[in-house]
Amino acid sequence: MEFKTYVFYFLSAVLVYAALRVITARNPVHAALHLVLSFFSAGGIWALLQAEFLAISIVLVYVGAVMVLFLFVVMMLDINMDRIREGFWNYLPLGAMVGLLMVLEMGAIIGTQYLGASEAQVPQTPAGVSNVKELGRLLFTEYVYPFELASVILLVALVAAIVLTHRGVKKSKYTDPAKQVFVKAADRIRVLQMPAEKQD
Amino acid sequence: MLSNFIVPDLVPAAPELFVLAMACVILIVDLFVKSKERTLTFVLTQLTLVVSATITFYTVSYDKTYTFANMFVDDQLADLLKLLLDLTVIVVLFYARGYIAERVSMAKGEFYVLVLFATLGMMVMISANHLLVLYLGLEMMSLSIYAMVALNRDSTQATEAAMKYFVLGALASGLLLYGMSMVYGATGTLEITEIAQALAQGAVNKTILVFGLVFLVAGIAFKLGVVPFHMWIPDVYHGAPTPVTLLIASAPKLAAFAMVIRLLVNGLFFLSPDWQQMLMILAVLSMAIGNLAAIAQTNIKRMLAYSAISHMGFMLLGMVSGVVDGDARYAMNAYSSSMFYMVAYVITSVAGFGMILLLARAGFEADSLDDFKGLNKRSPWFASMMMVVMFSMAGIPFFVGFFAKFSVLLAVVAAGHIWLAIVAVLFSLIGAFYYLRVVKIMYFDAPIDNSPIPASLDTKLLLSANGLAVALLGLFPHALMYLCAVALISSL
Repeated sequence: MEFKTYVFYFLSAVLVYAALRVITARNPVHAALHLVLSFFSAGGIWALLQAEFLAISIVLVYVGAVMVLFLFVVMMLDINMDRIREGFWNYLPLGAMVGLLMVLEMGAIIGTQYLGASEAQVPQTPAGVSNVKELGRLLFTEYVYPFELASVILLVALVAAIVLTHRGVKKSKYTDPAKQVFVKAADRIRVLQMPAEKQD
Repeated sequence: MLSNFIVPDLVPAAPELFVLAMACVILIVDLFVKSKERTLTFVLTQLTLVVSATITFYTVSYDKTYTFANMFVDDQLADLLKLLLDLTVIVVLFYARGYIAERVSMAKGEFYVLVLFATLGMMVMISANHLLVLYLGLEMMSLSIYAMVALNRDSTQATEAAMKYFVLGALASGLLLYGMSMVYGATGTLEITEIAQALAQGAVNKTILVFGLVFLVAGIAFKLGVVPFHMWIPDVYHGAPTPVTLLIASAPKLAAFAMVIRLLVNGLFFLSPDWQQMLMILAVLSMAIGNLAAIAQTNIKRMLAYSAISHMGFMLLGMVSGVVDGDARYAMNAYSSSMFYMVAYVITSVAGFGMILLLARAGFEADSLDDFKGLNKRSPWFASMMMVVMFSMAGIPFFVGFFAKFSVLLAVVAAGHIWLAIVAVLFSLIGAFYYLRVVKIMYFDAPIDNSPIPASLDTKLLLSANGLAVALLGLFPHALMYLCAVALISSL
């Protein structure tokens, strides 16, 4: 085995460990930080495959921007994880069994041929060609249709987020004179009937 | 290197481009609309859909046209489905208008914009010739619909429905993407026509391909809402505001049908023995669970949701009977019968949910079966319309639903699956019970409230036309059947 293979196994092990910790960590901040770690190791694996642009963008976009926002929200909201994870241990045996069964089945189908997977054929980039430049060229020529569609989806997300959270502008706190005039005594006082309590 | 870029031909995609441009325009125009009822927004949205349908009609392509580097395909199937889609959405918006104008939390211009974006997403799906484009269209549609379901923020039911829909939808997208990545791994391309070519030439790792196919079928099954991927349907149909339920129950079914054709028939036809088996199981399960569970419902939206599950199962029967022992002679017939079933179902279900909207008024949802009690005394005309809809859904001759079921059954028998036809008929018989119960409630029970029907004149006229269409298409189904057949042949 050459050095690259060791690096691959190391990164994969870290990735699997971090992904597991994301769902088992008690503290939401720890979970988010483990997610950062798993993104980072995924980026490393991509770099091994000579997809350096993907590797850089996952670190910049996910780790740098998305996860930082995520951490902000987690820290601000003070989520009670114990209440969310209620029932986690109850469902764990069933979930683990189903999950294990699925992994075994999938393994039985494709595992036998690919378990001793050799290194995938990575197309070698010829000298003088820049990966990023090629990606950019494709994105704006051949893939311009899906690229624009993705931008429309972002617009939809924007509109949806605003329409679901925006509750209209409240310019000032004022009392409506019309409502004041029409108010009745019953609106101001609520008379409750309660049985008298005995004093011991 | 940059000079060899050719500007793609935009004419085939003109309807999509128009809808996109108008959606953005309406988004801005709506900022300046003062009226609570959003009349201008509504009119502009309807105009957009009408013009989009007109453009589609006048640019019908008689042979397959590809553009955007083969990612976009325009054939007669796409044109027909887009026309039907535009028409459906127009009718849906007319029905929805009164309901929305009466409810403050929903009377927002964004509702119409989201409807347009959802329509755009469906159009993209219908014309997709690339897995990536198909997925993006699907997400555009789903994202708009998730937001529309949650539009009535103050209703916990609607919020819960939206949440469930969103989480399960994300899971289904994940399954679909995983399947797509497997297909990409096996064939080395994302373009649907190239996938078909790669399969025809052989030299493809079939294990990986079938492995991916399982996930693709799961993703499709979720979007169609067939058992065992049906869990979201009753809750979402029930929880969503009725106009949104009406939209979910109609237009996306057309897009989902296009997805089935593009992915399974255009792309993976070579694997038809494999996916036919999977679809067969899904179809039988959906007919069983859909029809049996619908009996127990007291809420009519929930009942129609389970009925939708069983109808989608029935529709899949046609997809199952295309290829027998490698003989694709009956494929055309089988697939066009499925398409006819889908179109007939959409027309009928629009009328069915339209009736619920007709009876609803400010602060009152007519979504319980009891609200239909004695409808005959309140309005004999609309009671008879509802009866037509229920008869058609049950498959009683001579309504459109009957011919839809009949043509699918013919295809199933032609393929030699006699037992499948018997199972389908048996479950339809069970299904007839709950459809006829609605008719019984309308005609023989005493009404609970005697108030006149509040809807506006245009809704009443359109709903009458819709009900009559269900009846008339039952008498003269051949034109529509012929259209479906011609459109399908062009797509293969």
